[in-house]
Amino acid sequence: MIKFFLMVNKQGQTRLSRYYEHVEINKRTILEAEVIKNCLSRSKDQCSFIEYKDFRLVYRQYAALFVVVGINETENEMAVYELIHNFVEVLDKYFSRVVSQTLNLLWKISFKALV
Amino acid sequence: MPAPIRLRELIRTIRTARTQAEEREMIQKECAAIRSSFREEDNTYRCRNVAKLLYMHMLGYPAHFGQLECLKLIASQKFTDKRIGYLGAMLLLDERQDVHLLMTNCIKNDLNHSTQYVQGLALCTLGCMGSSEMCRDLAGEVEKLLKTSNSYLRKKAALCAVHVIRKVPELMEMFLPATKNLLNEKNHGVLHTSVVLLTEMCERSPDMLAHFRKVSLVPQLVRILKNLIMSGYSPEHDVSGISDPFLQVRILRLLRILGRNDDDSSEAMNDILAQVATNTETSKNVGNAILYETVLTIMDIKSESGLRVLAINILGRFLLNNDKNIRYVALTSLLKTVQTDHNAVQRHRSTIVDCLKDLDVSIKRRAMELSFALVNGNNVRGMMKELLYFLDSCEPEFKADCASGIFLAAEKYAPSKRWHIDTIMRVLTTAGSYVRDDAVPNLIQLITNSVEMHAYTVQRLYKAILGDYSQQPLVQVASWCIGEYGDLLVSGQCEEEEPIQVTEDEVLDILESVLISNMSASVTRGYALTAIMKLSTRFTCTVNRIKKVVSIYGSSIDVELQQRAVEYNALFKKYDHMRPALLERMPVMEKVTTNGPTEIVQTNGETEPAVLETKPPPPGLQPATQANDLLDLLGGSDITPVIPTAPTSKPPSAGGELLDLLGDLNLTGSPVSAPAPQIAQPPFLLDGLSPQPLFNDIAAGIPSITAYNKNGLKIDFTFERSNTNPSITVITIQASNSTELDMTDFVFQAAVPKTFQLQLLSPSSSVIPAFNSGTITQVIKVLNPQKQQLRMRIKLTYNHKGSAMQDLAEVNNFPPQSWQ
Repeated sequence: MIKFFLMVNKQGQTRLSRYYEHVEINKRTILEAEVIKNCLSRSKDQCSFIEYKDFRLVYRQYAALFVVVGINETENEMAVYELIHNFVEVLDKYFSRVVSQTLNLLWKISFKALV
Repeated sequence: MPAPIRLRELIRTIRTARTQAEEREMIQKECAAIRSSFREEDNTYRCRNVAKLLYMHMLGYPAHFGQLECLKLIASQKFTDKRIGYLGAMLLLDERQDVHLLMTNCIKNDLNHSTQYVQGLALCTLGCMGSSEMCRDLAGEVEKLLKTSNSYLRKKAALCAVHVIRKVPELMEMFLPATKNLLNEKNHGVLHTSVVLLTEMCERSPDMLAHFRKVSLVPQLVRILKNLIMSGYSPEHDVSGISDPFLQVRILRLLRILGRNDDDSSEAMNDILAQVATNTETSKNVGNAILYETVLTIMDIKSESGLRVLAINILGRFLLNNDKNIRYVALTSLLKTVQTDHNAVQRHRSTIVDCLKDLDVSIKRRAMELSFALVNGNNVRGMMKELLYFLDSCEPEFKADCASGIFLAAEKYAPSKRWHIDTIMRVLTTAGSYVRDDAVPNLIQLITNSVEMHAYTVQRLYKAILGDYSQQPLVQVASWCIGEYGDLLVSGQCEEEEPIQVTEDEVLDILESVLISNMSASVTRGYALTAIMKLSTRFTCTVNRIKKVVSIYGSSIDVELQQRAVEYNALFKKYDHMRPALLERMPVMEKVTTNGPTEIVQTNGETEPAVLETKPPPPGLQPATQANDLLDLLGGSDITPVIPTAPTSKPPSAGGELLDLLGDLNLTGSPVSAPAPQIAQPPFLLDGLSPQPLFNDIAAGIPSITAYNKNGLKIDFTFERSNTNPSITVITIQASNSTELDMTDFVFQAAVPKTFQLQLLSPSSSVIPAFNSGTITQVIKVLNPQKQQLRMRIKLTYNHKGSAMQDLAEVNNFPPQSWQ
């Protein structure tokens, strides 16, 4: 099961977040900060799956934006990896050019895509 | 009031903020504006304001005052309003808020709306945050929509049904008829969500699972999967050359659930699995994702062996791949399969061991766990070398687990005692501070048991702490050993290695420096002080020095040290005659169970501990030991050392606890005849699955008695006692049957008077064959500290000639040698 879906930039600012389980607001910010710290400290040739607390993070970097998905053990990590790419391709098709800025401004619509 | 700014403007302004404080200020200002706008009940701009609120909520600011506004938006007629309203409801509302119930009516109306998009919105929201009450009310509507022909609605309804089932499992049967036709759709969206729905149903309820197996769901799924693979390029479902991989993965997962523990289903899917495994392209990540899922499925169902070999080969290929993700995934799946297909995984052992040297932390962790699972008697030396090397160079977070794993593996497969001790020493010196706390008593117990290695061990430990005494577990073990075997160290009689020349003073020097050092923990100091005290009996020339050291610590600030020092001082002054006997060599300790990280556990079978009973040696002699090599890995309790009940010995110090010398002894001035100390720890009669206890010296020829002889059932008692352990009597009962029919379900129970303690071990069987052709044996241990006359009442229950029999009897004819 997918627990959450985040798009965070390199400075740690959340561009998009969707939680599929209830998490307190203050906990969310802490979680996001820790997750992005974990992802930033990885080098390019390390694998994209990190074990964090009791779930796994699957992350993928697109220029200055990190897309991170938190899953539990029942999910196929590589399928989720593909899903992230699929999602970014969809956004790309829809907005004709995915850039961090554009993503923010058309945030409303990206959000809907996750629903 | 000017029109509120658009969401885009807001985002732009927030992004210009340079500090957190600036951002907070902007947001607060905007929140205030939004709040006043809500108060004014402004319909036109409500949707914009709520959108802004949602954005601010996402950034982490509280937005609960927008909840009612969301409801108003949902109730409005405009689609744009509804859209934002439902989005807000999904994000801000959940079943914890009472407001959410107000939505139920709105959702109900919208589920019956004429526009499919509005219906879709309502379904999404219900599927996202519906509480159990809402689900119960609206499940009927959802079910109706599940049967509609509109594929857009059908797929959303299926997902909503998943949520309903999760919240209210009783409603599962309601959706059952609708699922019949779900898989006949062409639309992949509907197919995908239907498979999710079926998966959820099968996982939740075994009845559903059985039903679906009967309804031949498997052939349907196989057909769909085949179409996916065989069909040509279809642009709308293509992902890097493979047609709808997400659906394929889902179907494979459902097949896994259906095929688990079921032969027929597994047989039906063998072909398709083989086909997927061979035909999928592996050059891209997509193909590998599908192969991974296939491998997991093959391992989980009752597949034929050819298929399993195929799966493990695929995993082996993954391991050699350059892509880190794939290697990680392969290691994870190998870990899952190593229990069942041990030999197949062994083939890839060298690759796995190479992965230990990888740079990636996740891969290293998996490789380490897998390596521990693969260690066996044949490869233990080579694997240990690699693992020790890994321990040297790995990150601190691994060291504790790695050290524990090495200890466990070494205990199970050590080819020789010397190798075992060498390995432990190596671990202590490299990762000493990461070793778990309970490893210290385990090690001490191990060292005690390998009698011939004492000299070698103490010499090596001495050399190790000579240079560096900062690693606490190492220092603790070393000080304990030096305290015990210091005489061997000084006399220089080591066979395995070059003996070193050490004087008593040098040994005391090192122990004193441990005591003084700032790096030593208080527990370590306790160990060192006790060791120094023990040396007072082993060493001959330096007793005065020892007395001085001990008396210094009588005024130490650390309460524990002070107490020990004061007690030892008292020992020197008033009870000097008892000192040698008190501080004599430790007997071999018993090992019951050992802790270990649970991932290391390999086999299903439990190995049983061998019960050791040994006599404490007369002062100066080495204790005799028995074989001690079977360990119960699955147990959880710490070792409970056997406390010899010879009157003047003290309880051993396991784990550095305070030796309560004075508390346990009866100091009435007659040391030798003091009764055995009352043992506060778990009873020395161990509960365990143990075979017959072995005594070193069985008190010669205690006559056996017939305790009971009635109705063809005869029960004989035979006795065993140790010369030096006189309070324990071990009784072996033998039950035999001289009638023509077997006695089944035989249960023997015994009771003794209050001054005794009794322990009954498990019987050899519960059936006594007829005509005296076999017996049941059972062992009883009786503790009789006060040497009173042994009496026992026994109760026998068994089935004979088809009826249940029961009898009570008293046994009074115990021979005097069994209890005096």
